[in-house]
Amino acid sequence: MNIESQDLYTQIILSMAALVGLTSFLMLGQGRLLRLIFVFAIQGLLLTLTTAVAAYSLGNHHLYISAVLTLALKVIFIPWMLRREVLKTNMHRDVETLANQTAVMLGGASLMVFSYYVLHPIVQTTSPVMLNALAVSLSVMLLGMLLMISHKQAIAHVVGFMSIENGLFFAAIVATKGMPMVVELGIAFDVLVAAVLFGIFFFHIRSSIDSLDVDLMNKLNEVDK
Amino acid sequence: MNWLIAILQTTLFVALAPLLAGWLKRCKCYLQNRKAPSVLQPYRDLLKLTNKQPVVSEQASWLFIKAPYIIFSATILAASVVPLIAVDLPTSASADVIVMVGFFAFARFFLALAGLDVGTAFGGMGSSREMTISSLAEPAMLMAVFTITMTASTTNLSWAISHVLEQGLVLRPSFVFALFALILVAVAETGRIPVDNPTTHLELTMIHEAMILEYSGRHLALIEWASQLKLMLYGVLIANIFLPWGIAQSFTPQALGYGLLAIIGKLAVLAIILAIAETLVAKMRLFRVQEYLGFAYLLGLLGMLSHIILEASR
Amino acid sequence: MKAGIVPIHVWLPEAHPVAPSHISALMSGVMLKVALYGLIRFCFDLIDKVQWEWGVVLLIIGTVSALGGILYAMMQPNLKRLLAYSSVENIGIIFMVLGLAMIFLDNGHPDLAALGFLAALFHAFNHALFKNLLFLGAGMIQQQTHELNIDMLGGLIKKMPQTSMVFLVGCMSISSLPLFNGFVSEWLAFQTALQVDVLDNGVLRSLIPVSAAALALTAALAAACFVKVFGLTFLGVPRSRHSEKAHEVKDKGMLAATTLLASLCFLVGIFPSVIISLINRVSSQLLAHTLPNESVLSWLWIAPVSHEQASYSPPLVLSGALIAGCVCYWYLRRDPAKAIRIAPTWDCGFGGLTPRMQYTSSAFTMPIRRIFAKAWIIDEQVNKDMQGAMNQDVAAVHYALHIQDHSWPWLYQPLEREVNNLAKQVGRIQTGNIRTYLGYSFVTLLLLLWVIS
Repeated sequence: MNIESQDLYTQIILSMAALVGLTSFLMLGQGRLLRLIFVFAIQGLLLTLTTAVAAYSLGNHHLYISAVLTLALKVIFIPWMLRREVLKTNMHRDVETLANQTAVMLGGASLMVFSYYVLHPIVQTTSPVMLNALAVSLSVMLLGMLLMISHKQAIAHVVGFMSIENGLFFAAIVATKGMPMVVELGIAFDVLVAAVLFGIFFFHIRSSIDSLDVDLMNKLNEVDK
Repeated sequence: MNWLIAILQTTLFVALAPLLAGWLKRCKCYLQNRKAPSVLQPYRDLLKLTNKQPVVSEQASWLFIKAPYIIFSATILAASVVPLIAVDLPTSASADVIVMVGFFAFARFFLALAGLDVGTAFGGMGSSREMTISSLAEPAMLMAVFTITMTASTTNLSWAISHVLEQGLVLRPSFVFALFALILVAVAETGRIPVDNPTTHLELTMIHEAMILEYSGRHLALIEWASQLKLMLYGVLIANIFLPWGIAQSFTPQALGYGLLAIIGKLAVLAIILAIAETLVAKMRLFRVQEYLGFAYLLGLLGMLSHIILEASR
Repeated sequence: MKAGIVPIHVWLPEAHPVAPSHISALMSGVMLKVALYGLIRFCFDLIDKVQWEWGVVLLIIGTVSALGGILYAMMQPNLKRLLAYSSVENIGIIFMVLGLAMIFLDNGHPDLAALGFLAALFHAFNHALFKNLLFLGAGMIQQQTHELNIDMLGGLIKKMPQTSMVFLVGCMSISSLPLFNGFVSEWLAFQTALQVDVLDNGVLRSLIPVSAAALALTAALAAACFVKVFGLTFLGVPRSRHSEKAHEVKDKGMLAATTLLASLCFLVGIFPSVIISLINRVSSQLLAHTLPNESVLSWLWIAPVSHEQASYSPPLVLSGALIAGCVCYWYLRRDPAKAIRIAPTWDCGFGGLTPRMQYTSSAFTMPIRRIFAKAWIIDEQVNKDMQGAMNQDVAAVHYALHIQDHSWPWLYQPLEREVNNLAKQVGRIQTGNIRTYLGYSFVTLLLLLWVIS
């Protein structure tokens, strides 16, 4: 497959895939929470654009609705909520020192190669565009997981979780050319519920251990040391 | 004829470099609410410096006196490789992009030696820092360059640009990454904010300036000119590889003039972007530079991966 | 192991510096190549089919050695130890390119394999040239100043102008600067690595450019390292009495030998195709393939794959450099009224610059030491002597820095302990009792009889 022989739609989708991948990397290397949330919002925006492009080129009107939903939820509501949480707890001044940032970044890059390698035999029969988009979305998911592993703050964990969901969403848009409306609405609702639930969790974690640093949760360990 | 145009292009490169520096300064002054000097001020500075008697330290050896000439000619050679207004010139076949990086290394080698020659602490400090930063920047730069050369399957800049022109507008994710990586490396290598501050007066924060602290007169003029040339070189590299449209593919006067206008326009826009970035960003600590360049390397790596994964998978 | 590959390289920087300089030149230039010769003979000649997996192994080992070698070299203040470590680096580069050649060979691109093979052999040849030159130069410095610690040298460029000139050529070749021979072979190595697009395996295609970037890092670090070597040894102000009293080498033979090597470094850098066509014959015998048919090799050009892909013309570049240099030199120096004025060095107005204020070896490499901190075992101590009424005035500051290889505590010391333990076990056999010894002979005899039957 050569990129020159593809149509404009494919080129745009591939560029979007690359940019989504980039935002995942940016999140991975981010030590400041507010910037992390900002990059997350940008990733949401990229997803919205991808959905809109897909809707336009496939002539699939209900995809527009899902684009609007993505915009409202992932670009505006969830980032806003997280930002408010950060400002309220006064955590925006902390810089989280990432232990071994270079190793994490290189690990991320090799995850990308790995996900490509894993998907290669599965999708050999379908179009190569699908393979690429799926590889990128799988690596976005893995990177989200890595983000959760490498960061300490609970809010970073939420962002990581949401970006895993973003990866899934991207794969769904590109690979199935739009799911049934019900499924999309369901997913959007799920995300919303998850966000609200996380908000409640934050409240409880903070009131019980006075911090959102998940490493402090080790105190809850009941095994005597 | 071809050789004539090649020489003309190199001369243009050398002649226009101070203009770019002047324009950059003007943009920065405008953004920072200061009264800007004339765009031609760098020319006047260079003229003033060449007319002054150079003062050389009594500790200096012949290397210190010869180094500016070596640095300047190595940078000119690098400039002759990069297509400015036209592609397919004979000079660009004599060396490719790896050799161009080699020329930069050549100039840097002598600059760092000259910094060590006088035996002051500042010179050594500048040399040490410059060599550190450049050795971190080089892999990032080559990663970005590899992405481009693998796409065009050539390391010859002129052929690579023709290849991009032939294909027309193709959205390549790898080029987006390579572009950003190259911009970051260019900022580091030309000693701009946030890596180094070219206008600093505090010796402890200097990198490039610390090495040339002992230079004066025509020697200083040559080194300043070489660094302006290097800035322009990176600008042209970025502009002509990623947005080559407008560059002359035939040697008619019309095409050449059009190519000249195109590159001046592109460089002016790039300078504005650089000025905005320099105004917004603060200079970072020396030991943050590794993270910055690590990010540039990561971008280059992602560019290459996305070339392999997204664009050329089999 | 004979080639000195990380992590089993530690004997090399111990062994090479203790020999007299001309012998260590031979050790680095020739002895290490014997191991290489053995490897090439074994892999390309004796075995019918090369597996590409071995190529990957060689590539990775080579990358580690190249990076490790140059990083360890940077931290050495002793000139000959530094040069020995840099041999580790160069052997690493050669291994990398050989690995590439194997990968291409097994994937059905023998012409590209020939290119990699050529780059490796050419680099081996170049390494022999400039490493010999540098070791001989180090020998000359040692003879004149009785010092090899570059923190004790300095300012030799005025005392030993000819030595400094040849040493500069050596430093420039080893830092792979254009116009010198080291650059040509490194350029060929990059060209080989950039041909990965022909491979089918996606993982290989992403692995090889990464190692090429590591090669770039190695080259840049080597340049930094040899800036340090030349800058601290020859430039600046003398740091010790010995280096102040040094004078040019009297022996004509020593100068002639190093000058010959230096001019060879330069000539091979300008006209590489002579050597390349020689090596091409070797690769045609060994691999039954030469460079790709389209490639251009003449005295003026080298274009390893085809003219469109990459070309390099050192003579043209040299003439361009000469023209540009001469024009601005002539233009700027035409006015005799603006002759250079000699003045004391600027000392910030405080007065009294001393040689001890110069950057030292450990100061020069400090940023790199901090960035790649995990590559060494660093023991850095700053002790302050306090005095005065409240014991608050600093009278003297002592700074101690010890840098050690990782492979000593991780590989050699456990091994040493094991061997010692084993030796103790074996020692138990020796009881001193003659009847026991007779018993051993008896049992051995019985065993042998059993084996024979």
